[in-house]
Amino acid sequence: MLTYTIRRLLLSIPTLLFIALVIFLLLELAPGDPMGQMPLTIPDDVKQRMREALGLGEPWYTRFGLWLYQFFVVEPQYWIDGAFGTNFAEGKQRIISFQSRSPVFDTISERIPQTLWVVGMSYIVGILIALPIGIYSAYRQYSVFDQAGTFITMIGFSIPPFFTGPLLIVIFAVQLGWLPSVYDTTHVVRDWDTFVTQFKQMILPVMVLALQTTAQIARYMRASMLDNLGQDYVRTARAKGLGESIVVMKHVLRNSMIPVVTVIALGIPSIFGGAIITEQVFKVNGIGQLLIIAIQGNDIPMVMTLTFLFAVLIVMFNIIADVLYGVLDPRIRYD
Amino acid sequence: MTDSTIAQPQADDKARNQWWDVWDQFKSHKGAMAGLIFLIFITLFCLLGPLLWSLDPGKLDIRNKDLRPVYVALWDGSAKTSWANPMGTDNLGRDIMANIMQGGRISLAVGWTAMVLAILIGTTIGVIAGYFRRLDGLLMRFTDLVLALPLLPLLLVMMLLFRDPLRAAFGPENGIFILIVAGIGITSWMQTARIVRGDVMALKEREFVLAARSIGTPSRRMITRHLLPNVLSPIMVSATLGLATAIITESALSFLGLGFPSDFPTWGKILFDNVDRMTRFPERVLFPGLAISLTVLSVNYIGDGLRDALDPRIRGQ
Repeated sequence: MLTYTIRRLLLSIPTLLFIALVIFLLLELAPGDPMGQMPLTIPDDVKQRMREALGLGEPWYTRFGLWLYQFFVVEPQYWIDGAFGTNFAEGKQRIISFQSRSPVFDTISERIPQTLWVVGMSYIVGILIALPIGIYSAYRQYSVFDQAGTFITMIGFSIPPFFTGPLLIVIFAVQLGWLPSVYDTTHVVRDWDTFVTQFKQMILPVMVLALQTTAQIARYMRASMLDNLGQDYVRTARAKGLGESIVVMKHVLRNSMIPVVTVIALGIPSIFGGAIITEQVFKVNGIGQLLIIAIQGNDIPMVMTLTFLFAVLIVMFNIIADVLYGVLDPRIRYD
Repeated sequence: MTDSTIAQPQADDKARNQWWDVWDQFKSHKGAMAGLIFLIFITLFCLLGPLLWSLDPGKLDIRNKDLRPVYVALWDGSAKTSWANPMGTDNLGRDIMANIMQGGRISLAVGWTAMVLAILIGTTIGVIAGYFRRLDGLLMRFTDLVLALPLLPLLLVMMLLFRDPLRAAFGPENGIFILIVAGIGITSWMQTARIVRGDVMALKEREFVLAARSIGTPSRRMITRHLLPNVLSPIMVSATLGLATAIITESALSFLGLGFPSDFPTWGKILFDNVDRMTRFPERVLFPGLAISLTVLSVNYIGDGLRDALDPRIRGQ
């Protein structure tokens, strides 16, 4: 298992390099010029020097190599410096955003807590709702609960977040006035009242994202439980006189969780993609919104770094899912 | 009475096409039937609606702006309503029903074309990878690579980069249409390719393929006559899923402001344009939102029904 994990990690390096190259070349085709918004009165030679200062004068492979060096060497060095007070990265150039002229990773690390907080919370809430629904739907297949559950998950599957978001805002924020419609990221939790405010402002975005998660995972959970409930070992367990709760919650559930856990792991990166829309609806200033702003402003280093980070997440969670599958299911051997 | 009793055994004796069995099984799935009926209804509404409802969706009528839909008059007598615009008008006096029809045409056209493109790419790659062992490794590594790309961000980047060149080459509407369809198509073929490859690899080991090969069937006819018809059912199921995701993706792009330009309504665009005013005019978000959601819901149900109907183990139970 360890050798498998190491092999997968090593194989992910060329994959990630290739993905970085694809994203870089795609951005290279961008017609937008970061100098486009400079005043026309700047003389051409000054403009040329400004372009070179932005690192745009070099051929693309030099810039790609530089970006890789900055991403994989300089930024970790800065990170280590910050953590341990060393000075490896003294005087080295970091990845700089065209828009804000500040290091890309500083902006990203400012934005990531909001995204993680909202997205991570919604994922957990979604899973917590989905699992009981899936288990009970499968246990009482074709019952009223199952029919209703399947219908609701189908709805959650079909209604896009950019419709549920505004809909929930109008109902709960405007008509009923119970919850705020905008997520205030400057809010600090100090005491009980501020905690309640924080809790309230999180309900709507978390619900919108959780609806999607719930729908997907509940469907998988139900299908997986149904597969296992018909197995011989379940009949054996019942035949030797085990109670229903032990049969279902221990024997069947444990075996059904194996594929569901991998689905949960695989879904984590895609939730970040979905968060782009939800963050836009609720005006959460997370990395999804940062990406949109960067795309609209032709901020190539920012777009490049963010997209590549998403790709890293996807590749890593793919490996985690595969390894988890092998760890949880002793029948799977990767040798 | 007597006629029907005589006709009954004859109908059963007639050799039945297997698609009739599929249709019978499909009919027994209530959700799928409801979905099919709604999909036909919304398609006809968008395609034939403009023939009956001849208002131009882009025509400005400032005097009749901000009309509410007619049903609002039921509980609010003071609301401005007019039977000339049963779903109301927007802030520039454009008729909302005409816009929903026009937007639906574009949204559905994008959905269907992108789905067909994705299925074509996916099936081609899947069949080639499954049939020709030498290309299998290469094509599947490529599929894995594309699956590892962050698709929504890349799609957004593509929208921004190629919008102006394509607009210049094919005109504003066609250029964006081609861009969106191509973007969605080339970012959503991977699941189909994987499923088709797996099925083709399993089929290749079956006796009928061996028999066909032993009489000297060339690869091209082997694929078109023997393999493709047998992988049709998983392709159809993933086609329905593809249609649903394509419609949602197009609306999401429009919602993020990177889809069609503002004078070409699509459902996502109408929704996005009216979110700011939705407290006063909730219907302007509700109508396009419901149109998207119900269409996607019905397509998903059709996919569910098709999966059951095409599975010979479930069929006939």
